[in-house]
This record gives sequence, C-alpha cells and structure tokens, in this order.
Amino acid sequence: MSASTALQVSSHGIVELKIPGRAEWVAVARLAVAAVASRLRFSVDEIEDIKLALAEACTNAIQSAGGQDAGVIEIVCDAREDELRVTVRDGGAGIHLEPLRPGGLAEGRTEELGVFLIRALMDSVDYTSDPRGTELVMIKRVSA
Amino acid sequence: MDIKVNVRESEGDAYVVDLTGEIDVYTSPKVKDAITELIDQEHYNLVINLEKVRYIDSTGLGVLIGGLKRVREHGGSVNLVCTNPQIKKIFDITGLVKIFGIFDDEQSAMKALV
Repeated sequence: MSASTALQVSSHGIVELKIPGRAEWVAVARLAVAAVASRLRFSVDEIEDIKLALAEACTNAIQSAGGQDAGVIEIVCDAREDELRVTVRDGGAGIHLEPLRPGGLAEGRTEELGVFLIRALMDSVDYTSDPRGTELVMIKRVSA
Repeated sequence: MDIKVNVRESEGDAYVVDLTGEIDVYTSPKVKDAITELIDQEHYNLVINLEKVRYIDSTGLGVLIGGLKRVREHGGSVNLVCTNPQIKKIFDITGLVKIFGIFDDEQSAMKALV
C-alpha cells in the first residue's frame, strides 16, 4: 500500500461482552457500547442515546433480580454499515419490559421509566422472555 | 464512575444539592440518601444543581421524582439547574419537564422556589 492510499476500515463487526449483573458494572457496558457505536456514523447525541438504552437494559436485568446480583449479563453489539444491533441477555424474567401504560409517568410509576427510555431512544426494540431468561434486541439506525 | 454530592444552605430555608459526575443505578443511592436526609430534617425547598452531571438514567430520574413527591406533601418544591442538552432531552422525552422547574442557573432556580 502506498503512503497516499486511503486506509479502508470496515465498521462491520461483532463485539461480545459479559459483565457481572451488578450495579457497579453497568458503567463498563455503557462505555463499551459507546466505543462500538463510535465506529459507525452516529452523531454524539445518537451515541449518548445508545449508551443510555444499553444501561437501561442492564439496569432492568439487575432490577428483575431484585436489585441483587443478576448473574451474568451478556451483551452483543452487531455493528453493521447502517445500524447497530445490541442484544442483551440475562437470566431474569424482564419484569418491566412491557410498554408504558397510559399515564404511567404522570402517575409516578418510575420503575417504567427505563423501558420507556429504551423505546424512545432506539429505532426498534424487541424482546423474548421465558423462565430461562430474557433477551432484548435494540436497533439504532444511522441517520442519513 | 462516581457521583460527588455537596449539600449547602442557601437563602431562607432553601438548600442546594450540587451533584458532580454520573447518576446511574450504582450511584443514585448516594443522591437519594442526601435528598432523603434533607427532607427528614424538614427542608422542603430544594435546588438540585445538575450542571456538572454528565449522565443520568432512569434510576436517577426516579430519585428526583421521589424527592419531589415527598417535598410536595409538605408544600415544598424541587427546582433543577441544568443546561446539558442531552440531559434536558431526557427530561423532555419523559415529560418530566412538566413536573420539574428546570432553570439555566442557580439564581433563577432559587428565585422560583419562593
């Protein structure tokens, strides 16, 4: 490669992370997903959105364990050309993943704020939950 | 990652809570303890300064909402100081701008308490 040839870097890739399901580790997950998101063409604000959504997903897992040790939380960041797909898996029941009920925030049901924020900040949110655990898939698309 | 909490008395019976750092599921109990202690001491007019807060999540919002609900039971109020666009956006999309007074500086937040 000559010195004048532009370096071609693909932003496509998968990054997997496992964190202990405890409050003090959520910041690590937040920083990791921000680093992955920065590889795509997201704005600073969009990266902040992704960080917060991921943190809320991890917090949800911890809260579903009663605020105690939620075991291991698995995070998979699938960075594609035009979107970031973040999957969060844990062994809990995902107690607060249902969409916000009408009037929820106004009535002060603060436990639902997290899932409300996830749905508001990401372009697509889907989850499956059974007795073995919960898998939450969130997608943020790169805006034009 | 940590949160620094500084509580100081201001005009009248009002107290200012200066927060520095990030408020998340790990650090929010420290903020909750500071606010709870003030309310337990019957201080019901609070300004919470978020100027040096870089990040807040739902647990942090929950602490602020909980504090607001408690002081309102005693005729008090909680005003916030915040100019960080990302944090203001969180208050906006959750609709919390409608229940908190959010101001650009401490003086304005204090003035609006009375």
